Amino acid sequence: MFEDFTLFPEAASTVAGGIDRLYFFLIGMTTFAVAGILSALILFSIRYRRRPDRAAQQIDGSVPLEIIWSAIPLALWVFIFGWSAKLYLEIHTTPSEGMTYFVTGKQWMWKIQHPTGQREINTMHVPRGEVVILKLVSEDVIHDFFVPAFRIKQDVLPGTQYTTIWFEATKVGTYDLFCAEYCGTKHSEMIGSVVVMDPADYQAWLDGQPAGQDPVDAGRVLFENLRCVTCHDAGSGQRGPDLSGRFGRPTSLSDGRTVLFDESYVRESILEPKRRLSAGYQPLMPTYTGQVTDTQINQLIAYVKSLANSDVAPKGGDADGGNGQ
Amino acid sequence: MTAASKQHASTKESNYLTAGYGVRSWLLTVDHKRIALLYLISLTTFFSVGGLFAVLIRLELLTPQGDLFQSETYNKLFTMHGIFMVFFFLVPSIPAVLGNFFLPLMIGARDVAFPKLNLLSWYVYAAGGLVTLFAMFAGGVDTGWTFYAPYSSTYANSHVILAALGIFITGFSSILTGVNFIATTHRMRAPGLTWMRLPLFVWANYATSLIMVLGTPVIAVTILLVAIERLLHVGIFDPALGGDPILFQHLFWFYSHPAVYIMILPGMGVMSEIVACFTRKRIFGYKIVAMSSLAIAILGFLVWGHHMFVSGQSMYAGFVFSLLSMLVAVPSAIKVFNWTATMYRGSITFATPMLYALGFIGLFTIGGLTGIFLAAMALDIHVHDTYFVVAHFHYVMVGGMVMAYLGGLHFYWPKMFGRMYHEGLAKVAAVMIFIGFNLTFFPQFLLGYLGMPRRYHVYDEDFQVLNVLSTAGASVLGLGFALPICYLIFSLKFGKKVGDNPWDAAGLEWTISSPPYEHNFHEIPEVTEEAYDYGKREAARV
Ligand SMILES: [Cu+2]
Ligand SMILES: [Cu+2]
Repeated sequence: MFEDFTLFPEAASTVAGGIDRLYFFLIGMTTFAVAGILSALILFSIRYRRRPDRAAQQIDGSVPLEIIWSAIPLALWVFIFGWSAKLYLEIHTTPSEGMTYFVTGKQWMWKIQHPTGQREINTMHVPRGEVVILKLVSEDVIHDFFVPAFRIKQDVLPGTQYTTIWFEATKVGTYDLFCAEYCGTKHSEMIGSVVVMDPADYQAWLDGQPAGQDPVDAGRVLFENLRCVTCHDAGSGQRGPDLSGRFGRPTSLSDGRTVLFDESYVRESILEPKRRLSAGYQPLMPTYTGQVTDTQINQLIAYVKSLANSDVAPKGGDADGGNGQ
Repeated sequence: MTAASKQHASTKESNYLTAGYGVRSWLLTVDHKRIALLYLISLTTFFSVGGLFAVLIRLELLTPQGDLFQSETYNKLFTMHGIFMVFFFLVPSIPAVLGNFFLPLMIGARDVAFPKLNLLSWYVYAAGGLVTLFAMFAGGVDTGWTFYAPYSSTYANSHVILAALGIFITGFSSILTGVNFIATTHRMRAPGLTWMRLPLFVWANYATSLIMVLGTPVIAVTILLVAIERLLHVGIFDPALGGDPILFQHLFWFYSHPAVYIMILPGMGVMSEIVACFTRKRIFGYKIVAMSSLAIAILGFLVWGHHMFVSGQSMYAGFVFSLLSMLVAVPSAIKVFNWTATMYRGSITFATPMLYALGFIGLFTIGGLTGIFLAAMALDIHVHDTYFVVAHFHYVMVGGMVMAYLGGLHFYWPKMFGRMYHEGLAKVAAVMIFIGFNLTFFPQFLLGYLGMPRRYHVYDEDFQVLNVLSTAGASVLGLGFALPICYLIFSLKFGKKVGDNPWDAAGLEWTISSPPYEHNFHEIPEVTEEAYDYGKREAARV
């Protein structure tokens, strides 16, 4: 049990260093404060222990002291807030370019789909030095995608919305993946690993996998088979919006609001089409809940996304970064 | 206190313990002191049950494999540990036992404002406890004490409704106690006892009562909604039914963060009493310490979102909650500084209660400052839902609250029963608890940063060394807790008899007999001085 003993986790992502620096700063602050309080307690305990010839001196308090020891911690903690908020903003803002993986959590496993369609369970191969964006969703309860070596963690919610997290691995290796949100009986076995490879090795690994169906092609086939095409085709236009050139851009809703046309919005529109209706259309579309699997939804999203790429329209990113709420 | 001398009456007079015999005289009592003892017995029972679960958890975690229990069982163990410790021990602990007993005595009243309501609150508490115990014997519940939906509302196959019902019922006892304390503090103070003369223990319990009355209904509603979704399949939290799982977390933490202050504020009140008595000084910065309790009670309602930085909550909400969480730490820091400053130029002795007070200051400081780690959003991403969080809240709840509870119990024991416990054994227990506690929970900070998630039945082998240390600490801690139960009970019959004021402490509660008469004060005293008037006593001593 001692051979693997360590007190500090490996750091293998671009954000890990920043978080560790904040951690060490806070350890410094805590050590300093605890040492200060402890010295005062020990010093006073010895110096002012009861003696028959000395009475306790009654002191009411001191306004200047109260101000000092309120203001110093306050200033320090507001500074820490600023520091951590800046870092959080960095971690929370998803880069606009990256490899998008779909990750589905269910009791008690992780299902992973690569951008090129390959699928894995509980293991996730990624190239080093590339931005990897994860679109996370759960089939049942809340899970949480946690890779300690990357210092990232994000709840994975059931429903129509993806949560998003990203990382860029900096070191080749195999790293633990844990479910961090309690999700039932085998919560502690909902674990896996992230395998970081050199880009060339990753490509070789991909080539060695059973060729996954290209998600865009598969999505195109589904788009026809599920008859999406009858309402959403560029030509027909009247019953449902034309989907080309829409992905990644704001789209207006029938209630006057605007929403970013992203992965979550496509997923929601397939599962609960009436919740946020595109402006100018009737609520005619039926729900596809139960008729499409998560994999198929991912393929449909890939196809709809490709419509944006094929169009000349400027390509938008996942600008709000975070969690797709 | 001026009325002190007049309170002495013949020693033959019956006290609250001898005022009636038999089960009826206890179960139908409306005497706040007897009700406090009813609570003391039931709370100790639940603490022991919760503690037993903790022992089993630590035993299982001695090895990385799940070799002692099935996963189902392990999950039920940590759930029941949390439920019993939070809802049936920590939340009621100091208010229900020491508050019930001493709040009226400290303000010169013959009872609380609504004595029958007070008895009712114990029955409600006991009923809730029995329902939850029944849920445990029927097979237990495995949702974690946090009952996160949709796991609790749809997926869990255990006795969720029954356990939740127990918590729902017990909540009303909190509300009743809160209402009673607020009314008592407003209406029953002795003549001359102005707000700024109140002992800080009264201030702390008053602030706590405000949170109890305002916060508890929210957890009741939340539990009710889980039950409605579970029984009637109305979509509230489960997206499959059209609900929103984040809504549950907002509602749950809207109560459960303030509940942290329900659990710690009364302990801070006890701290002020002990520190003043054993340094022979008025508390440094009395007004600031009193007002910081109110500040904590109010600000405590505005920070619940710090439990949700990785939940998918909006980033901007996260910023607000993070900043407010930094602010709420300030009044706690002020208290720590003021207790420490109170020792300056004091005349300090180190009886058992003072040992617990010193332990509290050290451990609460660590518990509070590691809270800053968790309020710092970027760092929380990494340590959220790991053992770092477990260590943090045990430093606050056990290192803070349980230390204060034990300190208070030792401090007030001679007043409650007229006899003193064995001081040597008590010191041994205090030191054991301090060492055992640190050995149990300090390694968990390291485990958390290493990335060990909480609520893991089986874990990675890399984490074993620290887990073994933690379990070793837990065994010392367990023995430390068992010791007071033994020598305190022993002292009831064999302890040395003490006078009215064995600590030579200031405060109305020390002017009456030990144990107190049935109606506390023969004559309602008139108060002419500030709290903690130790100056005269010190002048007389030297
Ligand atoms: Cu999980
Ligand atoms: Cu909180």
